[in-house]
Amino acid sequence: MLVGVDWAGVAQQVVAGLSSGGTYATLAVALVLIYRATGVVNFAQGELAMFSTFVAWTLTRHGFAYWPAFLVTVLASFAGGIALERAVIRPVERASVLTIAIVTIGLFFIVNGAAFWIWSPEVKSMPNAFSTRPIRIGGVAFAISDLGIIGVSLLAVLLLWLFFRFTKLGLAMRAAALNPESSRLTGIRVSWTIALGWGLATALGAVAGLMAAPPLGSFDQNFMQPILLYAFAGAVLGGIDSALGAVIGSLALGVFLNLLGTYVSWVGTDLRQAAALAVILGVLLVRPAGLFGKLAVRRV
Amino acid sequence: MNRVLRIAGGVAFAAAAVALVLVLPHWLSDAKAAEFARAGCFFIAIIGLNLVTGYTGQISLGHGALMAVGAYTTAILTADHGLRDLWTIPLAGLVAMAAGFALGLPARRLSGLYLALATFAFAVAMPALLKRFSGLTGGSQGINLFDEALSRSTGALGHVHLAGWTLATNDFLYYLTWGIGLVLSGAAWLLVRGRLGRAFRAVRDSEVAAASSGINISFYKTLAFAISGFYAGVGGSLFVLVSNWFVSPSTFTFDKSLLLVVGAVVGGLGSLAGMALGALFIQFVPTWAANLSSAPGAPSVFFGTAIVLVMILLPGGLGGFLLKLTEPLTRRLYTRSE
Repeated sequence: MLVGVDWAGVAQQVVAGLSSGGTYATLAVALVLIYRATGVVNFAQGELAMFSTFVAWTLTRHGFAYWPAFLVTVLASFAGGIALERAVIRPVERASVLTIAIVTIGLFFIVNGAAFWIWSPEVKSMPNAFSTRPIRIGGVAFAISDLGIIGVSLLAVLLLWLFFRFTKLGLAMRAAALNPESSRLTGIRVSWTIALGWGLATALGAVAGLMAAPPLGSFDQNFMQPILLYAFAGAVLGGIDSALGAVIGSLALGVFLNLLGTYVSWVGTDLRQAAALAVILGVLLVRPAGLFGKLAVRRV
Repeated sequence: MNRVLRIAGGVAFAAAAVALVLVLPHWLSDAKAAEFARAGCFFIAIIGLNLVTGYTGQISLGHGALMAVGAYTTAILTADHGLRDLWTIPLAGLVAMAAGFALGLPARRLSGLYLALATFAFAVAMPALLKRFSGLTGGSQGINLFDEALSRSTGALGHVHLAGWTLATNDFLYYLTWGIGLVLSGAAWLLVRGRLGRAFRAVRDSEVAAASSGINISFYKTLAFAISGFYAGVGGSLFVLVSNWFVSPSTFTFDKSLLLVVGAVVGGLGSLAGMALGALFIQFVPTWAANLSSAPGAPSVFFGTAIVLVMILLPGGLGGFLLKLTEPLTRRLYTRSE
C-alpha cells in the first residue's frame, strides 16, 4: 500500500499545510493572548484581522508596496486594538465572562458591517508578499510563498515570546494574567495590561490577515471567518492556555486539513470543517484540556 | 405567608403574560404577527438554552443545530410519512431531545471553552451533514412542505378554523408558537424551582460541592442538555411552519447558534421574562437596523452596536433590568410578613 506513495507530493502538501497552519497559529496565539488576560474567546479576532487587511489593501492602492503597507498596518492595528479595548471592553471589565464574550460577538457584527460599509462588497485582491517562483530543495519543488508565510508567522510568534520572556512589561502582563489581585498590590496597572494585550493580539491578527489574503487570489469581507474557526480549533487542540500548544495545534491542524483535502476525496469542501472538528473532538475526549494545556486538578 | 405571596405573585405575573399574548394580535398587522411568531420560536429555543447555560452553567454554541434537528424531523415526517404538521411538533422535540442527550455526552468530560468548541463543532457540521444526506433531507434545496404536503400543512391555504373560531394564518401561527412557548416556560419554571433545578444550580455554582452532596454531575449535565434539546427541537419544528413551511440547510448555519446565545445573554440568563425579551431582541433589532439604512453592512453595524450597548448599560441583560424596575414593588410584597 505504502509503496505507491509519492513522497515528494506528500512533502509539498505538508509544507503547504504548514503554511496555512502558520496563519492559523498567528491568529490562535492572538486568541490565547486575550483568553489568558480576560478569560474569554474574542469572537471578533478574525474580523479585526480582516479589517486590518483591508486597511493594508487601501494603502497598496495608494502607492504603498506590500511590506511598507504591512508595517504601517501592524502598527496601526496595535494602536487600534488598544483604543478598542478602552472604548468597548473596559466598561464590562468586571462583568461575567459570558457578558464580555457577547460584547465581542457584538464587535464581530460591527467590524464586519463597517468593512462592508467602507469598502463596497465586491472582491479585492492583494499583491503577493513573496515571489511566486518555486524553490527546489532536495529534488522537491516548494512554493517560496509557503515557506515565507511559515517564516513570518513563526517570527511574529517568536518576537512575542521574547517580549513576554525578557522584558519587564512582558513580566507585568504575565503576572496580571496569572493573578490580577496580587499584581494590583505590587503596582501593576492590570486594566492597562489588558489593553496592551488587545493591542498585541490585534497586531498579530493583522499579520495573520496579511499572510492569508494574498494566496487567496481574491477575498471579501468574510475571508477570515473560516480561518478564525481553524485558529480557535487549533488553540483548543493545543490547550487554550498555552501559546506553544496553540502554535503546534494550529500547525498540525493545517497539515491535517491539507492532507485530508488532497488524499481523502469523499471529504468535500463542505465536510472539511466538520471532519477537522470531529477529529479535534476525539482528541479532546482523550485529553480534556488539549494536548499541552494544564488540567486543573479536581477530584470529584 | 411569604411563600403564598410569592406564588401569588408568580400566578399574577403568568396571568398578565397570558393576557398580553392573547390580546396582542389585535394591534398587529398580518406581517407583524408573522414576525412575532418567529420570535416565539426563538423564545422556546432560548428557554432551553437557559436551562443549560443559565441554570447548569454549561456553555452551548450548538443550539441552532438542535433546532435544525427538530425542524427536519417535522419536515421529513410531514412530507414523506403523511403526518399532519402539528402532530410532528412533540415528535420533533423528542428526536431533538435524543440529539441533545448526545450533545451533552462530551460535557461529561469537557468544560468551559473545550465544551464550547465541541458544541460549536456540532453547529458548524450541521449544514454540511444536511447537504450530505440529501436522500433524506432534500440536500441544499431543502424541503418545501408547501409543495410536498400542502394538505397536511395547517393554515397554509389561508384561514384556520378552530372550534368555531376563524383565525388568519399568521394569527394562528402567533397563538400556536406563543401558546406552546408559555406552556413550556411554565414547565421550565416548575422544573427549575424543584429538586432538579436545585441540582442544576449546584452543578453550576460548584461541581466539587455538588459532588460531595451526592449529586451525580455527569447525569445532571447530560439531563440538562437533553431537556434543553427538547425545547430547541420544538422551537425548530415551529420555525418550519412560520418560515412558510420551508426549511433548508442555510436556515440553520452556525450564526443561528450564536444568535441564540446572544438572545439568552441579552435577555438576561436566569430570568424567564428576560428570555422573551431576548427572543424579541434577536428577531426585531436586525429588522429595525435594516430599516435604518440600506447601505451594505450598515444594519450589521447597528445590530452589533445595540448588542454592545445593552451589555455595557445593562450587565444583567434586559431581564435583569426588568427585575430592578419591579424590585421596589416585589420587595415590599415579600418582606411584609417577616
